[in-house]
Amino acid sequence: MLNEYMIINGARIPFKDEKNILDVVRNAGIDLPTFCYYSELSVYGACRMCIVEDSRGEILTACSTPPKTGMAIKTNTPKLQKHRKIILKLLLASHCRECTTCSKSGTCRLQDLANRFGIKEIRFDKSEKAFKDEYPIDESSPSIIRNPNKCIHCGDCVRMCSEKQNVGAIDFAQRGYELKVCPAFDMPIAETECVNCGQCAAVCPTGAIVIKCHISQVWEAVHDSSKRVIAQVAPAVRFALGEEFHIPSGENVMPLIAAAMRKIGFDEIYDTSFGADLTVIEETGEFADKLSSGAKLPLFTSCCPAWIKYVENRHPDIMPQISTCKSPQQMFGTVIKEYHKSASNTDGRETIVVSIMPCTAKKGEALREEFKRDGKQDVDLVITTQELSNMFYEAGINFDRLEPEALDMPFGIFSGAGLIFGVTGGVTEAVIRKITEDKTHNGINNVQFCGARGLEGVKEFEFPLGERQLKIAVVSGLKNADDLILKIKSGEIHYDFIEVMACPNGCINGAGQPHGKTFERESRAKGIYAADKQSRIRHSDANPMLAPLYEGVLVGRTHELLHVHYQSTS
Amino acid sequence: MQPGNRNDDCTCNCKNVNDFSGLDLILSDYLHVPGSLIIILQKAQNLYGYLSRDVIAHIAKTTGITQAKIYGVATFYTQFRLKPIGKHLILLCQGTACHVSGSKLIEDVVCKELGISDGETTADGLFTLNNVACLGCCSLAPVMMVQSGGEDETYGNLNKESVKEILKSIRHQGNV
Ligand code: SF4
Ligand code: SF4
Ligand code: FES
Ligand code: FES
Repeated sequence: MLNEYMIINGARIPFKDEKNILDVVRNAGIDLPTFCYYSELSVYGACRMCIVEDSRGEILTACSTPPKTGMAIKTNTPKLQKHRKIILKLLLASHCRECTTCSKSGTCRLQDLANRFGIKEIRFDKSEKAFKDEYPIDESSPSIIRNPNKCIHCGDCVRMCSEKQNVGAIDFAQRGYELKVCPAFDMPIAETECVNCGQCAAVCPTGAIVIKCHISQVWEAVHDSSKRVIAQVAPAVRFALGEEFHIPSGENVMPLIAAAMRKIGFDEIYDTSFGADLTVIEETGEFADKLSSGAKLPLFTSCCPAWIKYVENRHPDIMPQISTCKSPQQMFGTVIKEYHKSASNTDGRETIVVSIMPCTAKKGEALREEFKRDGKQDVDLVITTQELSNMFYEAGINFDRLEPEALDMPFGIFSGAGLIFGVTGGVTEAVIRKITEDKTHNGINNVQFCGARGLEGVKEFEFPLGERQLKIAVVSGLKNADDLILKIKSGEIHYDFIEVMACPNGCINGAGQPHGKTFERESRAKGIYAADKQSRIRHSDANPMLAPLYEGVLVGRTHELLHVHYQSTS
Repeated sequence: MQPGNRNDDCTCNCKNVNDFSGLDLILSDYLHVPGSLIIILQKAQNLYGYLSRDVIAHIAKTTGITQAKIYGVATFYTQFRLKPIGKHLILLCQGTACHVSGSKLIEDVVCKELGISDGETTADGLFTLNNVACLGCCSLAPVMMVQSGGEDETYGNLNKESVKEILKSIRHQGNV
């Protein structure tokens, strides 16, 4: 359409296909405040922070009003200022005030807007609720903590959990002053179908849902000289952690992470991409077996623990089609523990494996019974990208001024194929690199055009293997996965291989990452592919450290150590 | 995870709480009618006396509506009960007219007499107290309605003494 425009604060602002005034206003460089708007979720229109005034003095919510050409609005009139302040004060009146001890302090949007709008006192101080914890805090989940006393009822978590993840573990209950967001029967979240994806915490503007923090346990291990603390850093972490230190998103800060982690006392720093290389080998082998034996397909990937939990809850019947491969985190944990068992590799210290993950579901995965051997977890502690950056802050590390350092050997070597696990489509591309016959530089390079790349929630394509055209799908977001499963069950479509990641866009947008806007996710993905392109080893087979493993600790034990049969299936 | 089957140690008088055949009939009628959750819940409550966890779980499973959402609806409307009720359900009006005529006082008496508070059921399973909004007979304020089986009895112009008497006589009826 030609020349559509709005008048915003007197200036003519063109627009094209923006769905609402809010987007037009933001394009014009004005940061209209919002609590309940996410471009990827349905419009809720409840918080009324995004209000604007039209030429007749009427107040509209920008998030739920479509733009019209010629429409004139103002974003900062006295009336609007007054309304916004009152809304904020009302929210604060029933909000817990323990800002200093809240893990959201500094990143809380309520706190931020209260500052921005100069709220210095709250007149509506009748509410006792603000000073005592009325609702119990729910710490039952391995991944998230719910504190309903800090909830402002924006509903972001509810919509995320149901619209994107199709889980619907939490919803609004009761009404009026009693209104709260909680699981059915207000039961502990761990007893619901929650898959630990943490996406509710990622969108919660306040401290009402936060990621469970395991920093203190990691400090304890690091400060204990009887322990050898070994870290594995997941692929996606290094492309986002820099954001916390004013380094552009997508920049590969792994060398700085290695330097910083050594400074704070980690003994050995390795790369989960190595575990991913193992996964590629094992999963491709499994896929080839299934193809040749005519077993039931598709084969679903198994790297994402939130996805595994979702299948256990909703589609236990497809469990036999889920790859038996452990996730890279767990493969790595097992291998490291085995490796350090042999006398030559140990100095008497107890080995503690700490993973640094973009993911909150990995915290739950590490605790699963299937991943304990002799009563001990293969991965002892899991912290997120955000938690690691908090450790750096706490230790006073000037992250952006560190000298880059290399990872430790032998598990600091990995292929680009292992690295791209961090973005949706990465596992698939890595598997295709392994099965493709042309392993030349060009051959591997060309795989990138197969159709696995891109941040879309659903991607489908075909890839030739010998006589066969493999039908492949890549999905992220559990709602997308569920839609696909239903179509497969109804016989509407068939695939041979399906990659599923629970978090929309894959691990780069995991709930443990610094909270990324769309453009940050794009640059993180770009960063991953750029780093892959620069790596000398492009496919997992070529990782020189795998052979010694397969000829060493893994001999005769690959199935025992690298595969898993989830107990829920038996 | 579905809430477990708690039939064995169930002490309430709802024998059929784990028999879903009646519920399945209701569900089959409404499964394909969009927006019928409230009707389903009403009929289920009529059938079982209240909405147990198992009943809600079963509705969730069949309709695909999450338990959290059903719980939300069931707690939004005061007409729904999540706990079993006693033989006699006392609906004590706290509407405006009743409120100004001292319904709080009446509530205090009922609570003291029965040893329960709003929403609770006496240990002997005889009485449940529910505060409700206007019962629609404000001229008789303060008012309460007692539902026993299919029968509704309305008592108006209550005062401390009359309430005690009413409770006493209901209790006697039950014991004869
Ligand atoms: S962690 Fe994920 S599944 Fe669990 S409540 Fe939050 S959004 Fe829903
Ligand atoms: S828990 Fe957080 S995201 Fe959910 S409604 Fe409350 S404030 Fe909003
Ligand atoms: S952002 Fe528009 S009403 Fe909340
Ligand atoms: S207010 Fe009690 S009957 Fe109307």
